[in-house]
Amino acid sequence: MIYLDNSATTKVSKNAADKALYMMCENFGNPSSLYSLGFSAELEIKKARHTIALALSSKDGEIFFTSGGTEANNTAILGVADALKRRGNKIVISAIEHSSVLEAAQSLENNGFEVVFAKPDERGIVTSEEVSRLVDEKTILVSVMLVNNEIGSIMDVATIAAAARRKSKNVVVHCDAVQGFLKIPVNVGRLGVDVLSVSGHKISAPKGIGAIYVKKGTRINPRFFGGEQQNKFRPGTENSAFIAAFGVACEDALKTMAESYKKVKELNAHLVSRLNEIESVTINSNENCLPYIVNFSTNLVKSETMLHFLEKKEIFVSSGSACAKGKKSHVLSALNLNDKTIDTAIRVSFNCDNTLEEIDELVSAVKEGIDTLQHIK
Amino acid sequence: MKEIILIKNGEIALKGLNRSTFEDTMIRNIKRRIAHIGKIEVRKSQSTITVTPKDEFFDMDAAVDIIKKVFGIKALCRACEIEKDIEVIKKTCKSYLENDLLNAKTFKVIAKRSDKKFPLNSPQICREIGGYLLSKFRNLSVDVINPEVTVVIEIRDQFAYIHSSQLEGAGGMPTGTGGRAMLLISGGIDSPVAGYMLAKRGVELSAVHFASPPYTSDRALEKVKDLLRQMTLYTGRIKLYTVSFTEIQEKIRDQIPEEYSTLVMRRFMMRIASEIAKKDEAKALITGESLGQVASQTLDAICCTDAVSKMPVFRPLIGMDKEEIIEISRKIETFEVSVQPFEDCCTVFTPKHPKTKPEMDKLVAVEDVLNVDALVENAVNNTETEFIWFK
Repeated sequence: MIYLDNSATTKVSKNAADKALYMMCENFGNPSSLYSLGFSAELEIKKARHTIALALSSKDGEIFFTSGGTEANNTAILGVADALKRRGNKIVISAIEHSSVLEAAQSLENNGFEVVFAKPDERGIVTSEEVSRLVDEKTILVSVMLVNNEIGSIMDVATIAAAARRKSKNVVVHCDAVQGFLKIPVNVGRLGVDVLSVSGHKISAPKGIGAIYVKKGTRINPRFFGGEQQNKFRPGTENSAFIAAFGVACEDALKTMAESYKKVKELNAHLVSRLNEIESVTINSNENCLPYIVNFSTNLVKSETMLHFLEKKEIFVSSGSACAKGKKSHVLSALNLNDKTIDTAIRVSFNCDNTLEEIDELVSAVKEGIDTLQHIK
Repeated sequence: MKEIILIKNGEIALKGLNRSTFEDTMIRNIKRRIAHIGKIEVRKSQSTITVTPKDEFFDMDAAVDIIKKVFGIKALCRACEIEKDIEVIKKTCKSYLENDLLNAKTFKVIAKRSDKKFPLNSPQICREIGGYLLSKFRNLSVDVINPEVTVVIEIRDQFAYIHSSQLEGAGGMPTGTGGRAMLLISGGIDSPVAGYMLAKRGVELSAVHFASPPYTSDRALEKVKDLLRQMTLYTGRIKLYTVSFTEIQEKIRDQIPEEYSTLVMRRFMMRIASEIAKKDEAKALITGESLGQVASQTLDAICCTDAVSKMPVFRPLIGMDKEEIIEISRKIETFEVSVQPFEDCCTVFTPKHPKTKPEMDKLVAVEDVLNVDALVENAVNNTETEFIWFK
């Protein structure tokens, strides 16, 4: 099997899986219980929280565990809007956000909020000028992702946040950092954001665990009620097994981040140069993008068809974002690409265990796919 | 563009022949504290220390946050290291300080030229750069008296450095240059502040905590560790001795008249702490006592507890009001941990009416019913140790 869809999800690491198993079968107490079995579970959560805080350069108390990136993004958008609805009603988000930001924001339109979209330039980058142009005094929330999940473009969130604050002093800035987390350094202070979302299953932790960073003093209301856990911001008995696994995965990734980046950069360069051998192929990602993601179009074979062709050869790639399942990509559409390019796009996403040989196999398979499938209309 | 950190020494710049020992300790402390962020190279030149990252993904912001808390440093700043070419300097000033300059209305430029071979002198550099920035940032005007942003250009032997305003360092003396002392820590607001203050004068800390399970819980002990973890951001690694204190507390409860119980307990703590300190090669005890704050901290009471210590007892908070102590505890971020509500050894079996003016003779007589030496020895032997180290 050649797995090249690591932006959709990753295989859970042995360390993380072992930790989860240990938490479920041995250290299984309720973290809120007063006795030592509860306390030892609490300590594991605390340790994981500290690791995540370290990875983001935040304080431990600013990290809250969620059921994943989607919950973190929903909480950010809906929670801030709810807390600040008397101050203003305008929300500025980038047009290439993940659907968990996009649709959460759109759900607010029925409640009297105005949602405006900052468009990316032809490189897929949303600039500070574009965001700043849209932000006004009524704007309560700006949400811009760090790394786009479909093409890997990286936003200059620090400059965007600073520019937004110049236009609206008390605006809350949220960043969906799910795709960038532990691939490139994410320092919440440097980025100048108030709220930030990360997810576990993109970094070899299990699915169903994520975290939200909320800067101390930020106005944001909880989405869940019923308990003292996590400072009442995200009550409910903590998912101690997955939280601890998330912590372990995070610790491992933190150690290898620079090394993995270097390796993936080589994989990326190799794939791009090999793809350029194929005449019809155009690369939708560019050299400024995160090397972990390469989005390209065959311009001849529909994405889904190619995906299933590759699947037969046990090569797994994506036709865009796994969450969008077959809908026309709003990200590629925003880049003003022609319909053919959009309809034939393939996303390859690496992790550091992928090899050059796997990439060669992929390219051969894509060539073969183009040759055999392009006659089918 | 290469970013580095410039560090200005504090008081240690005034030291004579010992100065390099102080500097080396400080550099060692810096390296140890940011080891988890990445590799660095440290260079000394006159009163400035340069920290250069050696990793691609080095988190400068996190490093600055950490170095800000290392004692011995007067001031620090992030700077951009570039070639000594006025055109490069101009462009870098604009790009490197763009966010600062966009957010400001007024600025000024300061140039320091230690390399006298550089073709422009300092006023000429200021004029060139100032004029250039004025033409690029329409929001700016020059204010040499009280500018919002100060652009500093330093022309040194090898490179030019660009930075804006400095950050204040933690001051004090490098931890470890002043010997070691043993902090008595309960879990309240005062003791972490007391430890911080001595560490600021270069003292390396060990800590002793008295736990009385089952009257006190694991979570109370964890709270103490949290306090120490927070303190290590300033003090560096701390060795914690946890004394099992239950037996002594129960004996006191059963055999000592209630009004003397707190004082007898404090005397036990002092004795045990001195013994552990001796083993630890610590030369003094540190407590968070403040005169008159509670019954055991009146002058008479302190005389009684001090009498059993075999080494100097430092009480850096002795003349401070609670508000002043809280202010520091907020600054070093131990306050929020301290106020978590857990029972600690000092609040177990608290008497209703403790003696505020104890007489030493009576106290000694009262205490005599207990086999003090044996109890102390037993407690000292029943101690768990652990290094507390926060990264």
